[in-house]
Amino acid sequence: MPQLGLLPKRAWAALFSQLLRPPPSACTQAVRGHSQGTRDFSPQQMVVREKILDVVVSCFKRHGAQGLDTPAFELKEMLTENYGENSGLIYDLKDQGGELLSLRYDLTVPFARYLAMNKLKKMKRYHVGKVWRRESPAIVQGRYREFCQCDFDIAGQFDPMIPDAECLKIICEILSGLQLGNFLIKVNDRRIIDGVFAVCGVPESKFRVICSSIDKLDKMPWTDVRHEMVTKKGLAPEVADRIGDYVQCHGGVSLVEQLFQDPRLSQNKQALEGLRDLKLLFEYLTLFGITDKISFDLSLARGLDYYTGVIYEAVLLQTPAQAEEEPLNVGSVAAGGRYDELVAMFDPKGHKVPCVGLSIGVERIFYIVEQRMKALGEKIRATETQVFVATPQKNFLQERLKLIAELWDAGIKAEMPYKNNPKLLSQLHYCENTGIPLVVIIGEQELKEGVVKIRSVASRGEVAVKREDLVTEIQKRLSES
Amino acid sequence: MADRAALEELVRLQGERVRGLKQQKASAEQIEEEVAKLLKLKAQLGPDESKHKFVLKTPKGTRDYSPRQMAVREKVFDVIIRCFKRHGAEVIDTPVFELKETLTGKYGEDSKLIYDLKDQGGELLSLRYDLTVPFARYLAMNKLTNIKRYHIAKVYRRDNPAMTRGRYREFYQCDFDIAGQFDPMIPDAECLKIMCEILSSLQIGDFLVKVNDRRILDGMFAICGVPDSKFRTICSSVDKLDKVSWEEVKNEMVGEKGLAPEVADRIGDYVQQHGGVSLVEQLLQDPKLSQNKQAMEGLGDLKLLFEYLTLFGVNDKISFDLSLARGLDYYTGVIYEAVLLQTPAQAGDEPSGVGSVAAGGRYDGLVGMFDPRGRKVPCVGLSIGVERIFSIVEQRLEALEEKVRTTETQVLVASAQKKLLEERLKLVSELWDAGIKAELLYKKNPKLLNQLQYCEEAGIPLVAIIGEQELKDGVIKLRSVASREEVDVRREDLVEEIKRRTDQPHCIC
Repeated sequence: MPQLGLLPKRAWAALFSQLLRPPPSACTQAVRGHSQGTRDFSPQQMVVREKILDVVVSCFKRHGAQGLDTPAFELKEMLTENYGENSGLIYDLKDQGGELLSLRYDLTVPFARYLAMNKLKKMKRYHVGKVWRRESPAIVQGRYREFCQCDFDIAGQFDPMIPDAECLKIICEILSGLQLGNFLIKVNDRRIIDGVFAVCGVPESKFRVICSSIDKLDKMPWTDVRHEMVTKKGLAPEVADRIGDYVQCHGGVSLVEQLFQDPRLSQNKQALEGLRDLKLLFEYLTLFGITDKISFDLSLARGLDYYTGVIYEAVLLQTPAQAEEEPLNVGSVAAGGRYDELVAMFDPKGHKVPCVGLSIGVERIFYIVEQRMKALGEKIRATETQVFVATPQKNFLQERLKLIAELWDAGIKAEMPYKNNPKLLSQLHYCENTGIPLVVIIGEQELKEGVVKIRSVASRGEVAVKREDLVTEIQKRLSES
Repeated sequence: MADRAALEELVRLQGERVRGLKQQKASAEQIEEEVAKLLKLKAQLGPDESKHKFVLKTPKGTRDYSPRQMAVREKVFDVIIRCFKRHGAEVIDTPVFELKETLTGKYGEDSKLIYDLKDQGGELLSLRYDLTVPFARYLAMNKLTNIKRYHIAKVYRRDNPAMTRGRYREFYQCDFDIAGQFDPMIPDAECLKIMCEILSSLQIGDFLVKVNDRRILDGMFAICGVPDSKFRTICSSVDKLDKVSWEEVKNEMVGEKGLAPEVADRIGDYVQQHGGVSLVEQLLQDPKLSQNKQAMEGLGDLKLLFEYLTLFGVNDKISFDLSLARGLDYYTGVIYEAVLLQTPAQAGDEPSGVGSVAAGGRYDGLVGMFDPRGRKVPCVGLSIGVERIFSIVEQRLEALEEKVRTTETQVLVASAQKKLLEERLKLVSELWDAGIKAELLYKKNPKLLNQLQYCEEAGIPLVAIIGEQELKDGVIKLRSVASREEVDVRREDLVEEIKRRTDQPHCIC
């Protein structure tokens, strides 16, 4: 152990304590890596993630959203209050003598807390951040315990359905901008679902349970869903049949019109409210030019915990070409809805602040993009370096340092080898491997003539330029390419 | 009261029973039955008075970033990241928590400041304390021998927060590191060049980068006669020289830490010195110091460093300062710290010790601690103290009374009369599809005055006003919020006109 004398005392002690542990565990534990359900992102993965996030955030900004960030953990009581049955999935921090804390489970509850805390009645905000859930990770499908969420929400009392329509417009813009192929946004309404169940005769105590069966209609045929409801969830067969008449329907605004006329449903006040709002929504979506992407789908019944009005979920549609591939089966890539009662739960006086919002499933999108890139064998540059400063002979380190400082000071992205006397060939290889387009070469000959050589890595063409023109020449080439 | 408590307990137990059944994937019937029981119990509790009992706050030592703070933060990160990328760095990300054992034993006394996660039946986890240990873990795990990477993320320390001074329990770090076996001092010099570029671009005032070397400190202490066991504690005294006078430091070393007075004096001869490369030359000739191998190594490297820094054109910002003795936990060679220099205006503020805005150094032994075979990967890096910079930039903007926009909206689509919502929706959609940042009020019939006021408050530079007459004429009124000038633009030319006005470096709206 050669360098121990130079190690600081603490490192010494730490090293010692590691050595005193039983050998196998010391070694494997030290490099076992990360905890279950989490992962590092390599430089190549980060480039892909940043591109995706850039499309998402640009869209949020295009719609006038402000940025917001909250701490990674909240007071435990704040979170358990709100997630009910899901609170078993929350990561708690150890009680170390201070406040009891938990890692945030989503970005919506922190948002509601922020609004109540700051007594805000209106806000249009986006929030990109990690959240944590102790679910059993299904890594194949891109489900991790630590993952990124991109939320956009509009809080405030406004004229009906305008912000709701904008949320759907945003989902369309983002999914189009990401070029993931064709997609569809299913839309439904909490009040319509409740109304349908009521008029069909579903007992209130079974609403929840039946909902989760209905929701499987995107994966299972009606007969299987019906079977589950009747045999496993104890629903009367005729009630199941009545439900079936409704939930297998999907369409455009004409379906809304049709249901208005439905003899049973039109008796239900809730359902009518929902249908009215959906009709208005479709009007606005038409003006936004996106109705071809929207489907009013009565089987959309998921995530109803705090939604009070319109709900929506975007799914990717497989192209014929992709039908040959493995079905991606990642579920929805975006979802959201209206939730008018949440903020009131945080406000000490119970003041209501209606909200509508959406969440983009970036992890799923990231997974899809990664798979596609792998399949196409696409190579990703991990740096943005434009110029490599190389020297062919020995003892040219000084010239290199001077030259590269000139480039950096002019804002040009440049690298150089950390060797006193590097070989030209390995420098050129480095450029090819990392995708650097230009090399600036300075050697004895060039120095005498007062020039530098600019070499294109791709074409291997070289040209000499005057030293004082170097920055301008490079900038010219970079803007041309 | 007791009844209520008993009832709450029953609710809790029933809730757990329900959760248990779900986990065991019991029959839907059974679950439904138990859920119904739970709901009945909850109903008995009556209106939940406890619902609003908790205090609305963020945990101690943490804070939300408001939209205004987000705007400042984004600007600052943009400068920093641009610089990192200019120097060819890749970016990585790591999870917010690590296996507890990864962090154990790396931070010495500071280990008690680590946030642990509760043992919930899985692995023992802790929140990351910095970005350097995760980096070393990443290198060892992926068997990497060289990489140049930056990482910007939040870290967590259960410190005593002093939020007015920008000391939080959750805060951002911006790290840049070069790992690998290279020819000496070239990457070290680049780190210093990067620090200078960033601090200059941020325009937060004059700064100075103090440089020293672990080996010089150790060598100096050795030849002055400091006992090995006191190295640490004498270091922390010496480090206070940027805040207090030498007399006070000496008193502390002799009076509180039991150092022999003559040893203290000898130290004093050295640590009060700072200068440029000439000081390095001077110390290389120092009769006592030149007997110490470590110190000579350190001085030799510093000499080389100064050569490179001169070629980089930053040596006027660098000071070789023998009193720089902080944060020595894992540094093995050169160490540096950037401080802002007080301007006369700030003389009334806190002493400049708090002025450190970036720091770093060489740490060659860390990665080896993670590698099963102890393989060494030398590293040198830096960390930008962004939280401090955020508050400085915020203060500066406030002082200049510069309004910080929290959105980037370029145009508000407004209507002059009633019943023009449809037209507004169509127009705003057209603008969005053309990539223009636009908003509209979520009202069917907003008053023009309110719409104009909204623009002024939010800093939106342009308004596209739809009016009945203009509709008939096929034009839109484009109004500059600042100048209040209005001009009629043909509907089909609107997008281009808006782009023309907003693409200018300083919006000439």
